[in-house]
Amino acid sequence: MSDKPKFAMYWAASCGGCEIAVLNIGEKILDVDANFDVVFWPVAMDAKYKDVEAMADESITLTFFNGGIRNSENEALAKLLRRKSKILVSFGSCACEGCIPGLANFSSPREVFDAAYATVSTDNPDGTRPAVRVTVPEGDLEIPEFYPVLKTLDQVVPVDYYMPGCPPESHQIAAVIDLVIAALKGEAELPPPGATIGAGDSTVCDECPRTRNIKKIKSFTRIQDLVSVDPELCLLEQGIPCNGPATRSGCGALCPKVGAQCIGCYGAADGVVDFGARLMTAFASVIDSDDPDDIDRILDTLPDPAGQFYRFSLAGSLLRAAKPAWMASEESVA
Amino acid sequence: MKRITIDPITRLEGHGKIEIFLDDEGDVANTYFQVPELRGFERFCVGRPVEEMPLLTNRICGVCPEAHHMAGAKACDAVYKVDPPRPAKLLRELLYSGFYFTDHTTHFYALAGPDFVMGPDAPVAQRNILGIIHKVGLEIGGKVIQARKYGHAIVEMIGGRKVHPCTSIPGGITKHLTNEERDQILEMGKWAVEFAQFSLKLFNDIVLGNKTYVDLILGDIYHHRTYYIGTVDDQNKVNFYDGLVSVMSPDGERLGKYAAHEYTDWIAERVEPWTYLKFPYLKKVGWKGLVDGKDSGVYCATPLSRLNAADGMATPLAQEEYERFYTTLVPDKATPGTKPIVHHRLATHWARLIELLYAAEHIVELASDPEITSDNVHTVPTETPTEGVGIVEAPRGTLTHHYWTDERGVLTKVNLVVGTTNNYAPISMSIKKAAEQLITKGTVVTEGMLNMVEMAFRAYDPCFGCATHSLPGRMPLQVTIRDACGEPIDVLKQYC
Repeated sequence: MSDKPKFAMYWAASCGGCEIAVLNIGEKILDVDANFDVVFWPVAMDAKYKDVEAMADESITLTFFNGGIRNSENEALAKLLRRKSKILVSFGSCACEGCIPGLANFSSPREVFDAAYATVSTDNPDGTRPAVRVTVPEGDLEIPEFYPVLKTLDQVVPVDYYMPGCPPESHQIAAVIDLVIAALKGEAELPPPGATIGAGDSTVCDECPRTRNIKKIKSFTRIQDLVSVDPELCLLEQGIPCNGPATRSGCGALCPKVGAQCIGCYGAADGVVDFGARLMTAFASVIDSDDPDDIDRILDTLPDPAGQFYRFSLAGSLLRAAKPAWMASEESVA
Repeated sequence: MKRITIDPITRLEGHGKIEIFLDDEGDVANTYFQVPELRGFERFCVGRPVEEMPLLTNRICGVCPEAHHMAGAKACDAVYKVDPPRPAKLLRELLYSGFYFTDHTTHFYALAGPDFVMGPDAPVAQRNILGIIHKVGLEIGGKVIQARKYGHAIVEMIGGRKVHPCTSIPGGITKHLTNEERDQILEMGKWAVEFAQFSLKLFNDIVLGNKTYVDLILGDIYHHRTYYIGTVDDQNKVNFYDGLVSVMSPDGERLGKYAAHEYTDWIAERVEPWTYLKFPYLKKVGWKGLVDGKDSGVYCATPLSRLNAADGMATPLAQEEYERFYTTLVPDKATPGTKPIVHHRLATHWARLIELLYAAEHIVELASDPEITSDNVHTVPTETPTEGVGIVEAPRGTLTHHYWTDERGVLTKVNLVVGTTNNYAPISMSIKKAAEQLITKGTVVTEGMLNMVEMAFRAYDPCFGCATHSLPGRMPLQVTIRDACGEPIDVLKQYC
């Protein structure tokens, strides 16, 4: 093996979209190949898990880790790759803040299992549920343990950098790869540890071409209830609950550009501690009323405040500091 | 009892393994293919506004988010009992055809092709896309990259994003197509048709022209007599986006066709405690375990299944290929009243290329439709939302989304039967059959065993992104043979 720096990429509880985004960087992938030895990347090459275990600690220069920590095996891999990596990047929304699968933290594992294994199409009269260890006639079988909540990567291991997005846009990935290559050659400096990389430092609104008129709204509108979306005007000012004001820039406002609301996949904008709190402030500022009852009425036109404000960020949000409601109720039952 | 553990390495770290148990004679007693992950979408989507489902369920699978986006949008239409304007449906279908074109191209050239073009016995180092390029010529690599790029471009033009499209909403779509975009798509579509024809010719020359490969395709090891399902239009032609789901028996008799809302009359899922993934089966036939035949409810949902469940293809060039497919692989005339059925799993690769050609021809058809650039792309729902089912054909199998909402359109219940999951039972059976043929009286056919098992997998193009999250990829395999005390006595490895 050459003495080039080593690169790894791994997926924990994720959808694979992050891997597709990396593959979509096109010819840039050749730069990765030219500058790194790719030592571990299950989607693109033969996975060498045992080789990773055998490596010296911190011998992988750069690891992109995507996916949340949903079960015991995800956590074991996170710990292994942390140990072996010099720079561990929390890659994509799942690893950074939990993403859509993090919405499971509103529910108990029992509720998740009940929903999955007792659907209308499920034939399960005995109420069978998967179990970590099961004895079949021929012997014992094991599967990983499903954790009570989905955790972000930095809740199980220390992380050097955060790269947001669901998935991170390919041009941002390419820029990060360029930066790391330049830094390894001593031609650039890496940002301080803990920094967010591969994204902007303002909000999606700042890169959205739509016009804002500081117009206030009398109610929120569901996108399907509009005959047509005005192609020029700010979506929020059309009443559509757009998450742009709280969401970090970096994607180029892809969704608002095609008439769909920003759903917040790039996470909290720079300096924002809690995405939901920031978005609530932003929504409050467009509400056209000073009357508390009227304000309540307008807020009631948002059908799902919890999901609206914490759609991607629940697992990593301040809410996790409190015990989930389901946990308290299950304890009281016990 | 002796135990053999096959760990696809990526799965070893989290996404699936195979356990093979031998009996006292050293023959295969049983095999278990375990899928060890669950994320719980059916629970945590409850409480969300229904129009977010085409966006939330994208995140089930980053390989085929387009399929979840479309099934979600169609289920939303059904929840609101709203019929999108024709141009909106054309646009959704055009996006979806672009996606199919990219996805099938990737599978054939990067994953399945090497086995055939290079040969299953070729050195591992050559059995990859680079090996194909070296053998067939450098320009083919450029063509494959171009094909993927064009498919993605169509997805992004209509869906707004390369990964996780965002434009389909209840009643239609948020964006219409400009004339310039239409012209670009039309050009790409015409190129795509030529590329698909080129791919079929390649398959014809290299695979069908080689007796060894034909024997492998027709051999017993990759043969299973199961039911097949696939969506068909009103002429019983294959359709990816809309129609009825046709159910075909192993003997070529059509058991029936079901509309999306009738799926629970036809499909049921079985839970086993040793895996997180459920086993779907045909309810009308019943669960008899992981066995072949007309009395077993096990069915398959793949490109091969779609061809078997249909009476033909809706575009002329693909129809010609469809006819050649059946006359070549089922030379005997079918019993009157039945259609010929191909049960050879490796023929799935050929079927996939026929679908590739259909997708390409369909891109041209759709982009040529005068209404494709209409700005009438959304109907505002007026009915109270209640319950709805949406079905599309994901490349890896029929995809069903079923939503229940309150009167505000907020989800109260969700049921998803996803692409690859349909094939969990047949994949498990293929693994068992490969193991049985390769392990007898305690003798393990070491040479070729791993690749034979791997080829059984690959025919289904298993994408456990939907269940776990493996991309359809080369399966690094490790087989550990253990004695009765659990001590390893031999280890076989491939790609690891």
